[in-house]
Amino acid sequence: MIGGRLGIIVSGSLTKGVEVRLDSAISVEDIAVGRYVTIEGEKRRFFGMITDVTLDAIDQRVMATPPDVSDPFIAEVLAGTTTFGRLHVLPVLTIGGDALSLLEGPQPVKTVPVHFSVVREASEQDVEQVFGQVEEKQFYIGTPLDMETKVRLNPAELVKRSNGIFGKSGTGKTFLARLILIGILQEGAAVNLVFDMHNEYGWKGSSEDRREVKGLKQLFPSKVAVFALDEESARRRKVSTDFVVEIGYDEIEPEDIAMLRETLGLTDAAVQATYRLARRFGERKWLESFLAIEGREELNELASSLGEHEATMAALRRRLDSLRRLRFLVPHARDNAIQRILDYLDRGINVVLEFGRYTDYTAYILVANLLTRRIHAQYRERMERALGEDIAKPRPLVITIEEAHKFLNPDISGQTIFGTIAREMRKYNVTLLVIDQRPSGIDEEVMSQLGTKITCLLDNERDIESVLTGVSGKSELKAVLAKLDTKQQALIFGHAVPTPVVVKTREYGSPQSYKELGFREALELKKKAEEEAKDLWG
Amino acid sequence: MPAKIGEVIEASSGEFTAQCYELHQPPSFGSLVKTREGEVEIYGVVSGAATTSIEPGRRPIARGREEAEEEDIYRSSPQLSKLLRTDFNALIVGHKEGQKLHHYLPPRPAKIHSFVYLCDAEEVEKFSQSFDFLSILVGAGGQADELIAASLRHAAAAHQDPRDFLIKAGKELAVLLGGETNRLNNILRRIKV
Repeated sequence: MIGGRLGIIVSGSLTKGVEVRLDSAISVEDIAVGRYVTIEGEKRRFFGMITDVTLDAIDQRVMATPPDVSDPFIAEVLAGTTTFGRLHVLPVLTIGGDALSLLEGPQPVKTVPVHFSVVREASEQDVEQVFGQVEEKQFYIGTPLDMETKVRLNPAELVKRSNGIFGKSGTGKTFLARLILIGILQEGAAVNLVFDMHNEYGWKGSSEDRREVKGLKQLFPSKVAVFALDEESARRRKVSTDFVVEIGYDEIEPEDIAMLRETLGLTDAAVQATYRLARRFGERKWLESFLAIEGREELNELASSLGEHEATMAALRRRLDSLRRLRFLVPHARDNAIQRILDYLDRGINVVLEFGRYTDYTAYILVANLLTRRIHAQYRERMERALGEDIAKPRPLVITIEEAHKFLNPDISGQTIFGTIAREMRKYNVTLLVIDQRPSGIDEEVMSQLGTKITCLLDNERDIESVLTGVSGKSELKAVLAKLDTKQQALIFGHAVPTPVVVKTREYGSPQSYKELGFREALELKKKAEEEAKDLWG
Repeated sequence: MPAKIGEVIEASSGEFTAQCYELHQPPSFGSLVKTREGEVEIYGVVSGAATTSIEPGRRPIARGREEAEEEDIYRSSPQLSKLLRTDFNALIVGHKEGQKLHHYLPPRPAKIHSFVYLCDAEEVEKFSQSFDFLSILVGAGGQADELIAASLRHAAAAHQDPRDFLIKAGKELAVLLGGETNRLNNILRRIKV
C-alpha cells in the first residue's frame, strides 16, 4: 500500500491539522498513527503524519439503527460510503512543488492544502527527501514505521544542544542512549563523558531479553576509556579499566553536600552548617576533620562554638557518616581523577565512568556533580581563553547522566551544574544527554532548552505533558506518543530532525550490527598490529 | 440491429410510452430499451407495463368458466388478441449523440411512432459503465426503489463480474441516498447477490 492513495482532505486548520476522508477501498485497520502521508496540494506537496483515526457515518441514524452487516454484500457496500474512516493528519513540511523547497529542501508548513487534495501514503523517496539520504558511513537511528528508509540523526547537529531521552522503564532508553553515543563516536562529533550508573555502556551491557551486548569500549577500543569507581566490581565483571577513580575528602565542598540534601535527608540548617564547618576547618579539610570527631562531648562543643543547634550537628554527622561506606571516598586521592578525565577528553578519548556496585543515588549524585562542576569550570576557562587569545577551542563535550530528575528537578536545577549546562547550551562547548523515566520531575525551563527529545513510550499524563511542552502539534503528538510500542519504538522531535518521527530503532546486538556501527575499528586495529608485527620480524 | 419490440405512442421529455407488437410480451421491468429521435438515440428504463382493452370504456370480461386451459380462451375467441393491447412506460435515463453517451435527458422527446428496441447485453454493459443514470431513477417517485433494484439486477447480468458491479452501484447509491438509510437498505436487500 506504500505510495497508494488514501483519501482526500475535507477540512482542517494549520494549527489543529487536517481531516482526511478515507477512500472506501482503504480500511481503517490498515492505518497506524505515526505513519507518514503526502498531500498533493494545488501548488505544493505537503508532508504530514497521521495522528488519529476516527470512524464516521454519513448520517447519525445509521448508528441508531445499524444496517444488516451480517450480509457481506451489504457490509461491503456500506464500508466507505455510509460509514467511513477519517484520518487526522498533522502537516509538518512542504516538500518539492515550489522553487524554494526544491532549492532548500523541506520547509516548515505555513498553510494547509486546498479542499479535496489527494492524500497518499508517503513513499520511500518522500521520506528520504525529508530525512536526507544516509551515506554508507553515516549514522542513522532507525527506520520510520513500516518503511525501509533510514532516518539520519546527524550527530554533529545533535551535540550542538542538550538532548533528552525519555521513556518509562523497560522501553529501551539505555539502548537508545547507547546507539546515540555510538553515533557520536562513529562520526567523531564530540567527546563523551558518561556517568554510567548501571554499568551499561563501558564494556558490555545487557539487552531487554537479558542478552549481553557489546559496550562502547568493545566497538571503539582506541576511542573509549573505562573509568571505574569500584575496582572490585569491574574485576568481577572482567572489565579492563583504564583508571580507578578515587575522590578525596579534601575535594568535597559544601556545595557538593548541598546537592545531596534530598538523598541524605538533610535539613536546610544542616546544609548551612556545612558551610560554617568549611569556614572553620578550611575548604579542603572540613569533611575529614568533621568525620574525625568522635564522641558526643566534642560534637556538642563544636556545635556551640559554631552557634549551631546540637541536634542539627548530630544529625549532620550521622548522615555524613553514611558517606564512609562509599569506598572510593578516601582522605586523600592518590591521583587527580578530574585531571585524568580531562586529559583523556583532550586526546579525543571518550570516558565512561562505571559506578560498579554503587548504584544508589548518593554516590551517583555526589560524583556526577562533583566531577562535572570541575570539568565544566575548566572548559569554561579554556573556552574564554580561546575566545580571547585565538587558540583552539576545547573539543565539544557531551555529558550523559541518568536519572536526570535527581539533578534537574525544579528545586535544585537552579543550583546544580547540570541546570547551568542545560541553560547556557553550547556556549562553553559542553552539552548534556539526559536520560530519565520521569520527565515531569525535570524543571520545565530545562526541558524547554533541550534541543532534541527522543522518547519511548510514556503513559503518565504529566510525563507526556512535560516532554511535549512547547512543541507544535502537541495534542496530536500526544496520541502518537501514548501509542508507541513498548520496545524498539521511539518518537524523535526537535532540533536534529526536520519533522517529528516515530522510528523503529535499528537493531543492535548482532554481529552484523556491530560491523555496521564501528566494530570494524577493532578488527582493523588487530590487522594493523599483525602487519606491524610482520614488519618488525620480517 | 436489435429486434424492435414496439412503437412510441406517447412521449415527453422525461419518459415515453410504447405499445408492444406482441400482446403480453412487454420488456421486463427495469430493462434497458432505446428509441430514436432523428440522430439521437434515446435510452429508457422500463418502469411499468400494462395490458388493457383497446377501447378505454370497454373492460374485458371473464370467459374461461367452460374452458379447461387458459390458452383455450384465446383459441375459442381469436378476436380477443385484437381487442387487447400491451403498453409499457420507459423512464428516459440518457441518450447517445453520434458515438457519445450521455447519462442525462435528451434535448427533445421521442417522436410518436418511433420504433422501440430492446438493448442487447453489450449495449447494456456500455451504458452502465457510468452510474450517473441512478440519480434520475432515485428521483423517479412511486416505485423508484423497485425500479432501481430491477434495473441494477438487469445491468449486473450484462457485466463480467456482477458482484463487483453491484457493489460499485451500491456505493454510488449510498452516496446518492445520503441520510435515507432505510431506502438504501431496502434497495440493497433487493439487489444483493
